[in-house]
Amino acid sequence: MLLIHCPYCEDSLPELEFTYAGEAHIARPADPSALSDEEWRDFLFIRTNARGPHYERWRHIGCGRFFNAIRDTVSDRFLTTYKAGEPRRPLTNEAAE
Amino acid sequence: MSRYRLQGKGRVDHSAPVSFTFDGKTYQGLRGDTVASALLANGVHLMGRSFKYHRPRGAVSAGSEEPNALIGTSRGAGRFEPNTRATVQELRAGLVTESQNKWPSLSFDVGAINDRAYMLFSAGFYYKTFMWPKSFWDKIYEPVIRGAAGLGKSPTEPDPDRYASRYLHTDVLIVGAGPAGIAAALAAAQSGADVTLVDENAEMGGSLLSDPAVLIDGKPAWDWVDAQLGRLRAAGVRLMTRTTAIGYYHQNMLGLCQRLTDHLDSPPKGAPRERMWRVRAGQVVLAQGALEKPLVFDGNDRPGVMLAGAAQTFLHKYGVKVGDNPAVITSHDSAYHAAFDLADNGARVAAIIDTRESPRPDLLDGARKRGIEVLPSHTVTTTRGRLRVKSVRAAPVRGTQVGTGRDIACDCLLMSGGWTPSLHLFSHTKGTLAWDGQTFLPDRKTEDCEIAGAGRGLWGYADVLADGAAAGLRALEGLGRAGHQASFTVANDRPGSGVSHTELPTDGNAGKARAFIDFQNDVTAKDIRLAVREGMRSIEHVKRYTTNGMATDQGKMSNINGLMIAADALGKEPPQVGLTTFRPPYTPTSFGAFCGYLRGETFQLTRKTPIDPWAEANGAVFEPVAQWRRAWYFPKAGEDMHAAVLRECKATRASLGIFDASTLGKIEVAGPDAVEFMNRMYTNPWTKLQPGRCRYGLLLGEDGFIRDDGVIGRLSPDLFHVTTTTGGAARVLTMMEDYLQTEWPELDVWLTSTTEQWATVALNGPNALAMLKPLVEGVDWDDFPHMSCAECTVAGLPARLFRLSFTGEVGFEVNVPARHGLALWTALIEAGKAYDICPYGTETMHVLRAEKGYIIVGQDTDGTVTPGDAGLDWAIGKAKKDFVGKRSLSRPDIVAKGRKQLVGLLTEDGSLLQEGAQIVLDPNQPKPMKMVGHVTSSYQSTMGHPIAMAVIEGGFDRMGETVFIPMPDGVRKAKITSTVFYDPQNERLKA
Repeated sequence: MLLIHCPYCEDSLPELEFTYAGEAHIARPADPSALSDEEWRDFLFIRTNARGPHYERWRHIGCGRFFNAIRDTVSDRFLTTYKAGEPRRPLTNEAAE
Repeated sequence: MSRYRLQGKGRVDHSAPVSFTFDGKTYQGLRGDTVASALLANGVHLMGRSFKYHRPRGAVSAGSEEPNALIGTSRGAGRFEPNTRATVQELRAGLVTESQNKWPSLSFDVGAINDRAYMLFSAGFYYKTFMWPKSFWDKIYEPVIRGAAGLGKSPTEPDPDRYASRYLHTDVLIVGAGPAGIAAALAAAQSGADVTLVDENAEMGGSLLSDPAVLIDGKPAWDWVDAQLGRLRAAGVRLMTRTTAIGYYHQNMLGLCQRLTDHLDSPPKGAPRERMWRVRAGQVVLAQGALEKPLVFDGNDRPGVMLAGAAQTFLHKYGVKVGDNPAVITSHDSAYHAAFDLADNGARVAAIIDTRESPRPDLLDGARKRGIEVLPSHTVTTTRGRLRVKSVRAAPVRGTQVGTGRDIACDCLLMSGGWTPSLHLFSHTKGTLAWDGQTFLPDRKTEDCEIAGAGRGLWGYADVLADGAAAGLRALEGLGRAGHQASFTVANDRPGSGVSHTELPTDGNAGKARAFIDFQNDVTAKDIRLAVREGMRSIEHVKRYTTNGMATDQGKMSNINGLMIAADALGKEPPQVGLTTFRPPYTPTSFGAFCGYLRGETFQLTRKTPIDPWAEANGAVFEPVAQWRRAWYFPKAGEDMHAAVLRECKATRASLGIFDASTLGKIEVAGPDAVEFMNRMYTNPWTKLQPGRCRYGLLLGEDGFIRDDGVIGRLSPDLFHVTTTTGGAARVLTMMEDYLQTEWPELDVWLTSTTEQWATVALNGPNALAMLKPLVEGVDWDDFPHMSCAECTVAGLPARLFRLSFTGEVGFEVNVPARHGLALWTALIEAGKAYDICPYGTETMHVLRAEKGYIIVGQDTDGTVTPGDAGLDWAIGKAKKDFVGKRSLSRPDIVAKGRKQLVGLLTEDGSLLQEGAQIVLDPNQPKPMKMVGHVTSSYQSTMGHPIAMAVIEGGFDRMGETVFIPMPDGVRKAKITSTVFYDPQNERLKA
């Protein structure tokens, strides 16, 4: 079982307290009606499906907050977690710590 | 005492006899025995029949890797366990055991006919033999095979034992308390770190318990072990025996299964049988040692043929001589020591057959001194003996030529094909392996762990002890602590080496050789070669085609031998072929240990409403709904479900029904931006909804499909009381939170789950208003039409009152704080007596709503249904610029013709349709038929005929058409209708 660091609680807690919430940094368009069918399709359904580091969202059921994470889909390791609304973290060595 | 038990030898208590039964016969063993050692002490080698061929088998090992000696053990009612390894089960007074896979008896088994027909049962026989005729599969082959195959009998009664579970956080967890593990624990414990040392056996010491002559720091092995365990105990190290590390998971989480009572004569009442530990360790040291490999030759599975190391363990640990006249076949030095120790304890060793050309001179000396003949460059071509090995045929090998063999009489045959490092736990972590020419060793690590001793291919106690100490020190340093490197002096050490083989060379017909690799699944060398010949290239395919390594022992003995032979057949090197994946658990683990406390009432939370006690006292039949226990119907004496539901429905339509709706999901949406938030989340327009009014709300996913619905009341400009489906409450709140936190954090809104804070009672029927009115204070009845809400008191209790209907009758939902729920209910029942008030359950609720065509999200919708498909376009705020899912309602697929649409169905013959039944337009079309939809809801109704709802392609344009529902007993005809079967003009709501 993984330990996941909640950036709001500032604690590493068991995986059981968390749920996955899809890929991160896919913002809902401000005006969906302005999007073509293809653009809307991409927003709805097209995802990175990364092999390796993957930006994704998790929710800590304990505090109820959604946050962002970089998780390696091969090793299942969390490289870093950060609060919702923060910009995409670069994949630096620091993040990989 | 049997002549196979050596007086005073071993770690068993010779002054404490223990009697037990095996197949109905009583035997004597000693305290400290396993069932296997006790049977061997009685001269019994035959302990079971094999899985497929029903061949006679005996214990081949002395430990948890045992594939053959599987027995049923019984400790009274409900406490029967199949497939217990006789080499693991400790003896206790009165233990009842039985052999498996035999009929009528172990020594004469009818099923052994399979052995004669072995040509039929080769690799892939399932796929090839029983292809034709097809109908024979279900009726003949499958039942017969299932009857004949299988391992043991399943228990038939619930397990009455208790199982416990615990969490543990420790700095260093060391798995395996042999010499490497003990040395690692000594190193790790030296600076105050919290250290845990676990071992699956009853006693710690590992291989040292089977090598008492070794001297460490001048002390005999057993004295050294005792002294070190004392030191560890004094240093506060947690020592856990009978504790198997079953799995190694992410971030140094290990599962440990601790066996607590199976070895006790009379377990304390109520004591848990096993305890599952979930351990989070800072550092892990794997010191699991190595498992001895069998050699692969014809007849290597007869009772009496066993691993040389096992014989050595039976001798030293249990004081049991496995035979008077053993022969040895080996490709590793270690078997010489087993032979020497047996010879030194009175056995007459017939010969040591060594596959290698030049055995080590000191070993040859040792053999010569004891008068043991050594046959280098020899192979074994076959063995003889029906229920016990009687002789072994040894033949010289020159190059690839097998010379003339000779039969050597023996009463047991000890084999050693070398040792396989126990890599199971390491493999659970996805650690990679490297081939060293003979076997796989651990390579790249993914977790904070160290591997020490024989587990990484070392042999000889001096090397293993030094390695364990170094691993323990590295673990300590990994924690940021320091320690010093201990050293050990070892005398009488037993270092050694060996080579790995494919099948041993033979002069016989290799195609007829019964040379077993996987004893538990009866897989032979021939099966592996056949699999390769038939096109299996990947080791994973070979494994599945032959079932090699797929039994409960998870290939502990068979994997490397299988790989060697598969690689040879493929003409590749073993590392190019690779090893199959080891999966948890390391050894078979009882379901009870996994369940722990989570069984029966504690298996899953059962949520009960505040009104549940009344329902129970009044004879409700319950059904589970989304973890809730809900009253399903309230049968009166003599009523079946159908009669009860019909009575409840009619009473509600005629006068007054009362229903516990407390499970409805409730969310309070509050704040200055609440109305804006509601406008964005729900399809409906909310801005113009006045406080004191409510509205049916429809929630879509961003993909445009219906996610949830419910009536939503606006209590004040900035406060909405949202209701959701019973099962959807948590999901809807999560979805709302997601949008609020991540898409619209600028909105000033608070979301609060209030499902369990409110008890909700629904009153429905033409007399609902008359009955309720006198109990309510604070409502202006002149301005409280259908779809109104108010904060008021009901029966003197603070309440939120909603006027709405899920039945088509005049209806109310009274919400009171949960603590008042039962009081409200009883007050309403009392006041309702004047109107013959009728409590009803979820089934009546379903019938009444279906008669009105009200949908249940998740029953009439399935995640592919849009508002348009469900006939709910009226619920969409078309003037709104945006809401969740709006853009998707104009997606090409959503506006396309021919979507499945929700319609009503009435059967022509008045029969009840089955929910889930598929619908076709033409019942005479060729199969497979084109299915155009399915029945979503179907009930007996109050209108004298059943009603149904269904989703059907283009259903709205097919009103009045006939469709067909093919069922096993014939094709039903049904007419497509509106979904509103009852009071289509809503006259009754206006009453």
